Amino acid sequence: MNRFAELLDRLAYEPGRNNKLRLITGYFREVPDPDRGYALAALTGALSFKHAKAGLIRDLIASRTDPVLFELSYDYVGDLSETVALMWPKSPDIAHNNPPPPTLTEVVTTLRTLGKSELPAQLMRWLDELDETGRWALLKLVTGAMRIGVSARLAKTAAAALGDKDPHDVELVWPGLASPYGELFAWLEGRAEKPVNRDPAPFRPVMLAHAVEDSDFANLDASDFVAEWKWDGIRIQAVSGKGDDDRIVTRLYSRTGEDITGSFPDLTPSLRLPGAIDGELLVLREGRVQSFNVLQQRLNRKSVTPKLMKEYPIHLRAYDLLSDGETDLRELPFEQRRTKLERFIAELDDDRIDLSDQIPFATWDALTAARADPVSAGAGEDADAVEGVMLKRRDSAYLPGRPKGQWWKWKRDPHIIDAVLMYAQRGHGKRSSYYSDYTFGVWTAGESGDQLVPVGKAYFGFTDEELLQIDRFVRRNTTEKFGPVRHVTHEPDKGLVLEVAFEGLARSPRHKSGVAMRFPRISRLRWDKPPRDADRLETLERMLRSETTIAPAEPATP
Amino acid sequence: MSAPAGLCCKPGGFHIDPVRPVDRALITHGHSDHARPGHGRVLATQETLDMMRLRYGDNFAGSTQAIAYGETVRLGDVTVSCHPAGHVLGSAQMAVTCKDICIVASGDYKDAHDPTCTPFEVVPCDVFITEATFGLPVFRHGDAANEVKKLLASVALFPERAHLVGAYSLGKAQRVIKLIRQAGYDAPIYLHGAMETITHYYQSRGIDLGDLRPVKGVRKADLAGTITLAPPSATSDVWTRRFPDPVTAFASGWMRVRARARQRGVELPLVVSDHADWDGLCATIGATGAGEIWVTHGQEDALVHWCQSKGLTARPLALVGYGDEEEEETLPPGESADA
Repeated sequence: MNRFAELLDRLAYEPGRNNKLRLITGYFREVPDPDRGYALAALTGALSFKHAKAGLIRDLIASRTDPVLFELSYDYVGDLSETVALMWPKSPDIAHNNPPPPTLTEVVTTLRTLGKSELPAQLMRWLDELDETGRWALLKLVTGAMRIGVSARLAKTAAAALGDKDPHDVELVWPGLASPYGELFAWLEGRAEKPVNRDPAPFRPVMLAHAVEDSDFANLDASDFVAEWKWDGIRIQAVSGKGDDDRIVTRLYSRTGEDITGSFPDLTPSLRLPGAIDGELLVLREGRVQSFNVLQQRLNRKSVTPKLMKEYPIHLRAYDLLSDGETDLRELPFEQRRTKLERFIAELDDDRIDLSDQIPFATWDALTAARADPVSAGAGEDADAVEGVMLKRRDSAYLPGRPKGQWWKWKRDPHIIDAVLMYAQRGHGKRSSYYSDYTFGVWTAGESGDQLVPVGKAYFGFTDEELLQIDRFVRRNTTEKFGPVRHVTHEPDKGLVLEVAFEGLARSPRHKSGVAMRFPRISRLRWDKPPRDADRLETLERMLRSETTIAPAEPATP
Repeated sequence: MSAPAGLCCKPGGFHIDPVRPVDRALITHGHSDHARPGHGRVLATQETLDMMRLRYGDNFAGSTQAIAYGETVRLGDVTVSCHPAGHVLGSAQMAVTCKDICIVASGDYKDAHDPTCTPFEVVPCDVFITEATFGLPVFRHGDAANEVKKLLASVALFPERAHLVGAYSLGKAQRVIKLIRQAGYDAPIYLHGAMETITHYYQSRGIDLGDLRPVKGVRKADLAGTITLAPPSATSDVWTRRFPDPVTAFASGWMRVRARARQRGVELPLVVSDHADWDGLCATIGATGAGEIWVTHGQEDALVHWCQSKGLTARPLALVGYGDEEEEETLPPGESADA
């Protein structure tokens, strides 16, 4: 347990993805089965036992410490588990006997079978046996609040690296495995064959598209391609298959293969025919596609209430069919798959599932016109949820990854505004000595003339060279410092104008300006432009009126 | 025995660690919040006097007098004896005896092992004046050698990155270097410019720290897989850009609390403290046999509460001007970018 705790501790502080991978892979290499398997289960969220409540932890610490000292400590540390982990006084008997700390396996297997009444005494014993970091990890584990910035995908990628395997391959066998994953580690270490995925509804690696550049079209023949709208939702794979008992098993996967079935119980009953659909998850209200902001209300939910399902009705728009019943279709050309898809969707005949329309075009000029005006090119009232156009070769097989020349995505041009840099914050990890996070604002009428109001924050989009230039500007034009944040000169004729590109706009009561941008990034530095000539809030408000209306007032959990 | 200028002993005619210039000062150790320039006469250990001279120049005081551990001098109506505090090289507790009452001003101290200074010594007394920098039961510092193992494991795991260890330049840095050596690491260790003077002074006092080199002028690629010690404030400065993908470590007792480490953007917190932790404070207070405890600075409330719960008379002195040296160490202008 202490070694696992050490890993969690290190991961909690490490900002870099590759470094996190190295730490996790290093752990898998060093720690034997079955401990490492339970660690993998913990990191992928695959452990299941009843979590302890905060009240129990409070009771435990109250039985061992002075209440005044506890309150002063809790007040200082600010986190219950951490406070308890740090101040836990070992029982004198334990200090005497010095029993070995529990292994992760011991903790996980004991928690699975432990009765509720036995939990407090067992936790006390473990707290006595572990060190500070071990106690912290134990309490995070039993209260179900790990939050160390590691996704299931990252943990699986780290496992794959142990055997120089493609993470996709791990994803493929994953649904058939269970903790502590002895089979998986045996294969990764070359001691056994690849585990067979007996899951009746397995994930298939997703096919992705390249971004098309204007110069590419000269070498592409319009007649080789079909076009569809690129919908602004979540790409998913919906798979149904027959289990051993002949019952239909349905699973929904994200594009990286994470099982997200649990978040959409309102969609699974509609997928009653065996097959694998590649499509886009959307929210439809009265037949109209809602914006991504609306869909966001349905993402990453632990519990899905009837109210949520009613207010945010989920929908699947089908792009492709990877298998029809037991038959794998992935080798077939796209056109043939499309015909089968059309038949499949017609047979399903379900309101929650429809077909992604194709855009008729004969020349690139015609498609250019359609992309510029989706309303009249068939998207109609749903045009606001169109993110661009997808081009697919008529003869393309369904290949994993991003094969060259098969599929292209042609996004709509982003919105652009000129905003003024107001505050800059130091970055993390590699960027910790750079001011790389920027809050920018636009002009609006204030009580004493025009003033800047912050409208967003961006921390990418610029080149390394531009980062150096902005960093230098921030250091030379700081008017005040608040911890890691610097207040940067922003006056009508002194300051830096940033060209900000973004994908969409939503009304937001949480921002002073009342608007929130989607996917903002710095597209250009406008050293040539005086701040007084930057855009005004009215411009954004005009854009907002033309965007889709969004969510009823309910807190967003992105 | 209290005054705005710091601890004052009227019958002896002196102040201990005064924060403003006074006629006669007893200085417990060389950290800048305790050892300030401009006093008339200064009594301190030879090491503390040397460090003040290195930091403030030859004219840091009107006159100086060195006192050795175990030595007793008479000042006015009192006698003063000097005892090791185990905080940094030359750190001392001052035991002041007037008639039949003995008061010990311990300055900053720790009872944990430190290979770079004389171990802390318990001085039996009637009144014990203690710091409370880490005066909360969440501060338990453990064995510093294990923290250094964590650092070396990280160096082994990331051989292409540089490891940058923020450590206060007087005491902490030398202790960390010594612990790294004791863990068997014998490659050169690099130093930020602001570390050099004091570190060389430690070496001149016979503390073997192995092969130390200035980091200035070393090629970026050559710093992969190396360890560099720097003042904490430099580890988030433009100065760090000379290192390949640096891992930022910080050696401090504050690293025990996650929010403190995260606030500073530390990736590898090392819990190494030059102050007594909670258990150390409590054990020391008990061992002195003092019936009355005065708490100078830090988390006074919890420690005073603990003393009272043990039947001891205790009160906070609420002195201003002392603090956490790590929070206050700032670099001279110009030094940060070019040290």
